[in-house]
Amino acid sequence: MEKYLNIDHVSIDFPTPNGPFRALDDVSLKIDKGEFVSIIGHSGCGKSTVMNIVGGLYQATQGGVILEGKEVNEPGPDRAIVFQNHSLFPWLTAYENVELAVKSIFKGKKSAAEMKEWINHNIELVHMSHAKDKLPAELSGGMKQRIGIARALAMEPKVLLMDEPFGALDALTRAHLQDSLMEIQADLNNTVIMITHDVDEAVLLSDKIVMMTNGPAATIGEVLEVDLPRPRQRLELSDDPQYNHFRSEVIHFLHERHARKVA
Amino acid sequence: MKDKIIHFLEVTGFNWFIPLVKLATGDSPSRQLQELARMVGIPLLALVIFLGLWHVGAAKVVTSLGQVPGPVQVYEQATILVDEHYQEREKEVKFHQRQEVRNAAKLAKNPDAEIKVRSYTGKETYFDQILTSLWTVFIGFLIASLIAVPVGVISGLSNTLYSALNPLIQIFKPISPLAWLPIVTMVVSAVYVSTDPMFSKSFVTSAITVTLCSLWPTLINTAVGVSSIDKDLINVGRVLRLNYVTTVFKIVIPSSIPMIFTGLRISLGIGWMVLIAAEMLAQNPGLGKFVWDEFQNGSSSSLGRIMVAVITIGILGFMLDRIMLTMQKFFSYDKNAVIR
Repeated sequence: MEKYLNIDHVSIDFPTPNGPFRALDDVSLKIDKGEFVSIIGHSGCGKSTVMNIVGGLYQATQGGVILEGKEVNEPGPDRAIVFQNHSLFPWLTAYENVELAVKSIFKGKKSAAEMKEWINHNIELVHMSHAKDKLPAELSGGMKQRIGIARALAMEPKVLLMDEPFGALDALTRAHLQDSLMEIQADLNNTVIMITHDVDEAVLLSDKIVMMTNGPAATIGEVLEVDLPRPRQRLELSDDPQYNHFRSEVIHFLHERHARKVA
Repeated sequence: MKDKIIHFLEVTGFNWFIPLVKLATGDSPSRQLQELARMVGIPLLALVIFLGLWHVGAAKVVTSLGQVPGPVQVYEQATILVDEHYQEREKEVKFHQRQEVRNAAKLAKNPDAEIKVRSYTGKETYFDQILTSLWTVFIGFLIASLIAVPVGVISGLSNTLYSALNPLIQIFKPISPLAWLPIVTMVVSAVYVSTDPMFSKSFVTSAITVTLCSLWPTLINTAVGVSSIDKDLINVGRVLRLNYVTTVFKIVIPSSIPMIFTGLRISLGIGWMVLIAAEMLAQNPGLGKFVWDEFQNGSSSSLGRIMVAVITIGILGFMLDRIMLTMQKFFSYDKNAVIR
């Protein structure tokens, strides 16, 4: 059967003054509906490039991405992106940021009252109702990212793309947001691709961890199926031998088989 | 209430009053007095020293028009200018009264008589000239902004257009208003021909010269502001599939508002400086013409009257800048940014 999302033999070249630079080489990945997939690798290995191709922001030089039987070749709300630096519009309140997205996608499909309800529903989902009328500058980093997630969820994406969503946050805030994300994922059963460089985050959240080799011409090294039962509890898992096995698998991949050559 | 007043004073730039407000509400009086001394006392002291130096220095220089006027003489001239204004207004009222009486008498004698209603044509007072200057700079600045902001936005979005326009901007930007003026004068004389003109030619010439010189800072700042938008914000727009117009109005313009206002502020400052020069040469009846006429007049009071104009120009320029600053603070989404 055809998979939900099919990243099919994707390669990409970037033009440089010294000729084309091959950033990704022959990346193939199949993702099921409702699957949570992490892509992990050292910085500069092209993790974000994979995501940008799925998001339609970049065009693959060879190969392509097929989502529900349709080829992806431009950005769209069916592949909502959560950016690392939240990317909220600083002149709009939290509510208005979500509203801008909802209004531009559901214009003519939902009534004004329905839209309002939908916006509030998504803000509630990330536990931000108390601060919805604040400007991003008045929110903490974690709160901004919550609104970023609410905005992406409000687009009702087929695939939710997250580019190191918690990378800029402190460890405690990150743990809170990871828990929130797991809850939401359990509720809505979204298909998620998350870029990360945090091993614990990858093992805790994912059904599948895609480990990438180092660039140039980076590609998928190994895919690890994480079949830990859900719901997962951070505390219980910290002593779980199964969890630690997955963890050490990823660490061995990153720091032994594909250790970054430090100049 | 108190916080509201303080916030209003902060936004409008009247920071000096804040300690006064706090003092009035009994908020740690000794600290507020200190603050007041720092914010008001020091500038006041500097002003007094400046006036003293002026007074002493001016007395030492004697020109063909007599001694250079000190602060006292300039103040006298200022009061004279104010008096002249009221006298002129009184004359105007009397003129209209006389005319009404005369016409009424004519009509009483013969109901079919043709009566003439003439408008008063006395000379402009100092305050009329100030208003003319403000009106001229406003029109010139408005035209400049209406051109510069859209062109800046479009050229900030397109690298091709920006590289096409950039050399032209760089060449036109440093041109002095005095160089533009003869050309503008000739073009206006040739093109703006009408038997019943809405605006006088000197007004049009001055305003267009202001436009030509105050176009560039807004244009450049807008283009830079637009081209330095966070790429991710544009990407959000792409994910939402916003069209070009929506992207411009919902993302591009709001995020470059601070830079646009920085440009507008610089433009208005330049426009005000340019205007005085333009009015001198174009004989637009504003402050520039006032200065020029007094210079040509060459009476013993002329230098004093020119200095009144100089100070007026300075204070009005300062006030225009404050207005722009307040608007900039009001429209800027980053309320914590330090804007001076």
